[in-house]
Amino acid sequence: MFAVFKRELSSYLNSMIGATFLFVYFLFSGIYFFYVLSYGTASLAPIFNNMFIVLILLIPILTMRLLSEERRTKTDQVLLTAPVGLWAIVLGKFLSAFIMLCIATSINVIFGLVLNLFGSPDWMSILSNIIGQLLLGAALIAIGLFISSLTESQVIAAISTFGVSLFFVLLDSAASLVEYKWVSDAVKWISFNDRYNEFTEGVVNISSIVFFISAAVIFIFLTTRSLDKRRWN
Amino acid sequence: MIEVKNLTKRYSGGRPAVKDISFKIDKGEIVGFLGPNGAGKSTTMNILTDYLSATSGSVRIGGFDVLQQPNKAKAKIGFLPEQPPLYIDMTVEEYLNFVFELKKVRLDRARHIEEVCRLVKIEEVYRRVIRNLSKGYRQRVGIAQALIGNPEVLILDEPTVGLDPKQIVEIRSLIKRLGKDHTVILSSHILSEIQAVCERIIIISNGSIVADDQTENLSKGFSENSHLTVQIEGDKEECLKALRGIDSVSEVTVTGQKDENIFEYYIETKKNADRRREVFGCAVKNRFVILAMQDSSMTLEEIFMKLTSTAAVSTDKTQKTKPGKEG
Repeated sequence: MFAVFKRELSSYLNSMIGATFLFVYFLFSGIYFFYVLSYGTASLAPIFNNMFIVLILLIPILTMRLLSEERRTKTDQVLLTAPVGLWAIVLGKFLSAFIMLCIATSINVIFGLVLNLFGSPDWMSILSNIIGQLLLGAALIAIGLFISSLTESQVIAAISTFGVSLFFVLLDSAASLVEYKWVSDAVKWISFNDRYNEFTEGVVNISSIVFFISAAVIFIFLTTRSLDKRRWN
Repeated sequence: MIEVKNLTKRYSGGRPAVKDISFKIDKGEIVGFLGPNGAGKSTTMNILTDYLSATSGSVRIGGFDVLQQPNKAKAKIGFLPEQPPLYIDMTVEEYLNFVFELKKVRLDRARHIEEVCRLVKIEEVYRRVIRNLSKGYRQRVGIAQALIGNPEVLILDEPTVGLDPKQIVEIRSLIKRLGKDHTVILSSHILSEIQAVCERIIIISNGSIVADDQTENLSKGFSENSHLTVQIEGDKEECLKALRGIDSVSEVTVTGQKDENIFEYYIETKKNADRRREVFGCAVKNRFVILAMQDSSMTLEEIFMKLTSTAAVSTDKTQKTKPGKEG
């Protein structure tokens, strides 16, 4: 797992994909931080609220090539014929993308320190926002990784990941249109938006933590099954 | 070292790519896997390395079942696929170190990688980015990754495809050297390559093994009769009469006239018989002069064409042509 993780992380840090991801993340969070400073507030919550949609757009860029490119260039042969399990390969890929997200999210700590110069930011709120973003990001990365395992095309992987992520986000809007309450509740329960918003409000809900971690684990598991299924086709 | 039993692979919605094949390969053998494009060579190799799973049948590498104990079986294999699996954004150094870690090799890293690089002669490109390497060097880096961890079995799928003649000679000589310490399976659709490198040949066609024998035995085994082409100076009718009088000769035909009173005869003798001495004795006895004599038994190319043509692919023939080799 460590070998795959190291290779992927190095590939991100030495490629345009990694640079583009970090640049766009820093650019938008910087713009929103500028607004925060302009309004004279000591809360970073507006940044995290707005970064939600940016993440949905950015994560597919991070995950699109993870497995599709390996399949297209047939480099997956070196991975799948090595004495390592599918879980190790998939987890290595997942963690490399997750670490990129951690690097990007770390800018918010710097924003908090800057705010600290002018006022007293609520560090617990900042922490809950960071945790929320990392959990949401982990689930989205796992979805992207799974979709990347289904196709040889990076473009199809990116667009599909964006589509599926958007679907999970828009579920709460769809829930309000459903007549039956139990269906509406069920749909709302799997909405990413509602659960993420709790974190931006400074609420660290255990059930939401478990939800996002479960979503990540399920899609990582599906990715291993997808790789295994390919061997049997 | 390698034991394949009743292996079948059927891709979804298609005909079987590999049909019930079985063979055993002992330690230290260099075996050529020969067949036309689409015969099932790469599929078989991919199953041996666990890149693909078989629909039915079993593969054991060094005693470990590929399906039951994949990691133990795969630890014994070094695999070079048809297209070397190279990360072109990495340097050779980074790539080989990555493979070393991926395979969880427990040797002295620096020394082992240095040895492998020396063996495949890539020291001078060690720090270069793979993207900038020639096809020949990329192929060598591909072989180097297969050698990392010093696996007992090397599986090389078309290792010389796309290389220039000089590179082909170099890679063949490298494979021969590797064969001294490893069990090697080499696939190719180029006969001369297999002949040059391998001690044993498995010919596969339409997913079935149609021949499996030592390289030199194949020609003998497939010629139903031996043939001689002889140029003799002397009266044509007398020559024909004399040659037909030899017990082991079954058929004599005149294939051409080379000069006045010099004719070329095509002599068919009974199965696997070398009748050159008898023909020579007959000529001396009848005071004919033999100007040329050539063994015209089937070449490997002819055998290959015969076996891989649709008409030749029959179960009966398969059984006849691989005595004692089936596992």
